Amino acid sequence: MIDIFAKHAALRTAYEGLTAVSPRNPFEVVIERPLSATVGLIEGRETLLFGTNNYLGLSQSSRAAEAAIETARTMGVGTTGSRIANGTFGLHQRLEKRLASFFGRKHCMVFSTGYQANLGTISALVNKDDVLLLDADSHASIYDGAKLSGAQVIRFRHNDPVDLEKRLARLKDHPGAKLIIAEGIYSMTGNVAPLDKFVDIKTRHGAYLMADEAHSFGVLGEHGRGVAEMQGCEDGIDFIVGTFSKSLGTVGGYCVTDHDGVDLMRLCSRPYMFTASLPPEIIAATLAALDDMEARPELRVKLQENAARLHAGLKAAGLQTGEHVSPVVAVTLENIPQAVGFWNALLENGVYVNLSLPPATPDNRPLLRCSVMAAHSAEEIDKATAVFKAVAEHFQA
Amino acid sequence: MTDSVAGISGMIIEKLLANPKVPRDINGNSKIVEDLAFDSLAVMNFVMEIEDELDVSVPLDKLADIRTINDLAACLHTLKASQA
Repeated sequence: MIDIFAKHAALRTAYEGLTAVSPRNPFEVVIERPLSATVGLIEGRETLLFGTNNYLGLSQSSRAAEAAIETARTMGVGTTGSRIANGTFGLHQRLEKRLASFFGRKHCMVFSTGYQANLGTISALVNKDDVLLLDADSHASIYDGAKLSGAQVIRFRHNDPVDLEKRLARLKDHPGAKLIIAEGIYSMTGNVAPLDKFVDIKTRHGAYLMADEAHSFGVLGEHGRGVAEMQGCEDGIDFIVGTFSKSLGTVGGYCVTDHDGVDLMRLCSRPYMFTASLPPEIIAATLAALDDMEARPELRVKLQENAARLHAGLKAAGLQTGEHVSPVVAVTLENIPQAVGFWNALLENGVYVNLSLPPATPDNRPLLRCSVMAAHSAEEIDKATAVFKAVAEHFQA
Repeated sequence: MTDSVAGISGMIIEKLLANPKVPRDINGNSKIVEDLAFDSLAVMNFVMEIEDELDVSVPLDKLADIRTINDLAACLHTLKASQA
């Protein structure tokens, strides 16, 4: 009998090599419970949370919690069905209308997760006769959506409009539709995409453009509509995809657009059709969090201040970070054993960040990925950067 | 030099050898993943460099069937020919 797990031998070796040198398993960190948006109990210790994507701190919104409790009491805790069968409640339509209005778009589709929003949108928009042009550093959900679609996939160099244009020019005689996909803020590095430049290119080459604003929704732009709003190019983006699981603190995803053809996506997008829809209490919490986000623009101002403070603090500590100041700040290290040691020391000293390892990172180098929140105080950020500095000095000694 | 499969294969080997981590004894039959210890991302990034050299784009699905340097050269040659 063939060992069905034999294919994972190399993965097992890498995993065992990693866990052998790490006092704790980096893939099994348990936040026993959050004490606030910024502090959680880990290994019985109060730990500063700098790796949660909870940019506005709204996972702890009392308005959202109350809305969820009230809705669970009146509507129950689940829909037990898919959107095209028995899983569409009035609340789903209300959320779709609310998001379409927030983005100033004609249409919105809501998905059960952000991952499914990419899978469901990409796989419904293109097929084997079409071409997808993906930023090389795209999230796994974009690559998986591309695979599910069957379209030809061509990667262009990360954030490089010249490279994108060169690849589009090579496709000038291709008869299929061309869809360019880029993210607003890149989840691993915090890099911001030049969406305005991509709009110019897609217009010249007759292509469509989709932006995944998962990490920039609620974060950038005067109203929190993301990088496209910040760069003044929203009209040129055909499809905006995003998630509720970052700035809004709940779970679920969406696609907004002005293209009327999107209505048919409800009848051909398999990740939309063949899964249970979002539970009503999650929709209610998401709507309330959206109200919170709109009513408190000062959260975005505070978030930018905190992002700049963390970025400057880590740079001053002599650490290698990206150039973009955004709520995701990645510290690049040289090798995996160093990164594992550094990450463990941070956690033991009360700071939780994400340990990100190749091949999920660019350039084959490990990252300590930090995400900052509007809810962090200046003291919490300074404490985290001081711990980073002390650990870095320890490793250099 | 790059209008034949052998020429493209030679160019790929030359590019690979510029990386000091690549074994010195590679040839056209070397397996990219097993012999060069490239993971999937490294393969995709390396192919990007070759694409620029030949002014051609390789769709990702084509990479699934490529095992050796010669396989990659043959794929690039076909794509280049279809573009002409």
